Amino acid sequence: MSALLNVKNMTHYFGGLRAVHNYNLNIAPRQITGLIGPNGAGKTTIFNLITGIYTPAQGTITLENENIKGLETNEIAAKGVGRTFQNLALWRHINVLDHIKMAHYSQLAYGLFGSFFNTPACRREETRVEENSYRLLELFNIKQHANQLVTSLPYGAQRRVEMARAMAINPKVLFLDEPTAGMTPDELVQMIKIIKQVHKDFKVAIFLIEHRMKFVMDLCQHIQTLVFGEIIAQGPPEKIQNNPAVIEAYLGKEDLT
Amino acid sequence: MELIKKFKHLFSNISLLGWLIGTLAAVVIEYYWGYDYISYYLGLPKIPVLFGTLIMLKNPIMIPSALAYDIIVYLIPILLTAGVSCNFANFLAGLFEKLPLGLSVLIHLIFFYAILHLWAGINDYRILIIKLTLISIILTVSVNVINGYQGEFSCSHPGFMALGAYTSSIITLVLFVNDKIFGTPLLPESIGPWLFPFALLGGGIAAAIGSLLVAIPSFRTRGDYLAIISLAFMFIIKSAVENLHIIGGARGMGGHPDYAPLPIIFAWTMLCIWVVHNFVTSIFGKALNTVRDDEAASEAMTIKTRKTKVTAFMFGAFWAGIAGGLFAHVLAYINPSMFSINRLAEILAMVYFGGLNSIVGSIVGAVSINVLGEALRPLELFKWIIIPLILIFVMIFRPYGLISFKEIDAKRLLRAKNKNNQGIKDKRGV
Repeated sequence: MSALLNVKNMTHYFGGLRAVHNYNLNIAPRQITGLIGPNGAGKTTIFNLITGIYTPAQGTITLENENIKGLETNEIAAKGVGRTFQNLALWRHINVLDHIKMAHYSQLAYGLFGSFFNTPACRREETRVEENSYRLLELFNIKQHANQLVTSLPYGAQRRVEMARAMAINPKVLFLDEPTAGMTPDELVQMIKIIKQVHKDFKVAIFLIEHRMKFVMDLCQHIQTLVFGEIIAQGPPEKIQNNPAVIEAYLGKEDLT
Repeated sequence: MELIKKFKHLFSNISLLGWLIGTLAAVVIEYYWGYDYISYYLGLPKIPVLFGTLIMLKNPIMIPSALAYDIIVYLIPILLTAGVSCNFANFLAGLFEKLPLGLSVLIHLIFFYAILHLWAGINDYRILIIKLTLISIILTVSVNVINGYQGEFSCSHPGFMALGAYTSSIITLVLFVNDKIFGTPLLPESIGPWLFPFALLGGGIAAAIGSLLVAIPSFRTRGDYLAIISLAFMFIIKSAVENLHIIGGARGMGGHPDYAPLPIIFAWTMLCIWVVHNFVTSIFGKALNTVRDDEAASEAMTIKTRKTKVTAFMFGAFWAGIAGGLFAHVLAYINPSMFSINRLAEILAMVYFGGLNSIVGSIVGAVSINVLGEALRPLELFKWIIIPLILIFVMIFRPYGLISFKEIDAKRLLRAKNKNNQGIKDKRGV
């Protein structure tokens, strides 16, 4: 199986600090990959490098054998890289339905002229997008909140809005940055269910950062462990679980004895 | 409270069309009997121009008769006619509901314009106030696109306005007018009014191109820094024009032909509101909001943030340019000091008073600041204490302005308010 997303020898510096060093990644279609590591290891930086918020100093990034390094974030996203953020990045003054609608931006078949004069093409597109958005809302079980502002929703629902929004851009690979941060155990179980369902229904590959071992072990087929910008171990969950280097990085040496 | 509720209930089933019919009656009464009978018997020297506020403030003895005039000419006819014609108006509104929405809105607008025309026809002062108010509406709506929807604090609007005003003035003066600066016209004068829209568009496009100077820095900065850049832009335009003697320099230029009568300005204003409304309710327009609220998230959701920012600036500046062109042709004279910090303060006051992120708010803001400014004119110095005080109170109690984050819902506004439906709702409520 050829790789969907391929990252080779990616290195990046922040000033004199080497944030990521010789990072390699291979995501096959429909694979769920986890990225774990202690705080400050550079996990979110890797997300930002791949999604184009920063441009890596060295290395190559390809999506379906097509170079995406150096493109604008919005172009990379339009090519099929959806993502969520560690600290929810929702739009304060926009209601839930419009969140989903906005993520269809790159798929619109009308231009600015259409939006100025409300042409039939524009109206047709807006209706199509709205129908599609309602479908997504239903799938993520937030249809009842459609006309509310996101800030008035409970935390778990906000997370789901963010995921639904990321799915609206029709991604080939979905990046989830700590999808369960700050969630209650109940919400956690629900989140696992949703991610599994998304994986099944949309046939996407998923790449996720997570701290909770239960979650990672339950979902991922492949896990990478990152410490100080370098991969120290990778493989299937069972192997990672018992890898001494990983345990040391997470818990420190003393805890072993 | 109970009384107000009862009062409200009494008029709850009058549709917008009903109110328009009522206003028409009042305006017709003023037109035919206002001077000869009503103001004559009330002892007023002439028809009170702005609901008698000017007379009341100048000469407090006249307060009772000016109030009586308002009640006799406006209040009683409006309430009576609207109440009596209620069923008829609802029947008509019901018919209009079956038409396409655009057509129904057009009919209402034409009706509204007829009323405005009759009311303004009483004297030239009213016409001037309405013209300037309509131009302010265009300006306020266009500022709202940048400062409200896009969320940048841009201070360059007088600059955009000046670009539009000067460009369209030069076009009309060179082409159609025999004047001091440019000499004989290149085209026959008679086709001037027909080509005037193109002169305005030229002004709008010039302003839109000029706005790139502010839009491009906005990729990297926002907030206070962009405010300073945009302020600098305004001063650049002002001093550039002051030093260009070929277009009159600081003395300004005049002799514009009268190409901007009330209907033309009204039509441009409605076009502006319509286009801006379409834009901000479409996905491209809402992109302005998302970029304001969270730029990184917008990028990650495929939204082209740079294109969005440039669009917002160019679109807002375009309408400011149109407003500037109309302004020049209304006053028939412009000079650079008209487009300076005072104008900026006035424009920003209208936007923030009316409400950010809302076209209705902008209209309310522009109309109320303009009308207040005119109505309080006799107070002279105190006018500039009262209006800022009102602004301060609005900012305290409604930080985003009077009506913010609301869009026009034409369908709801124009619908018939039938008694039957109302009755059913009331029963359910009990």
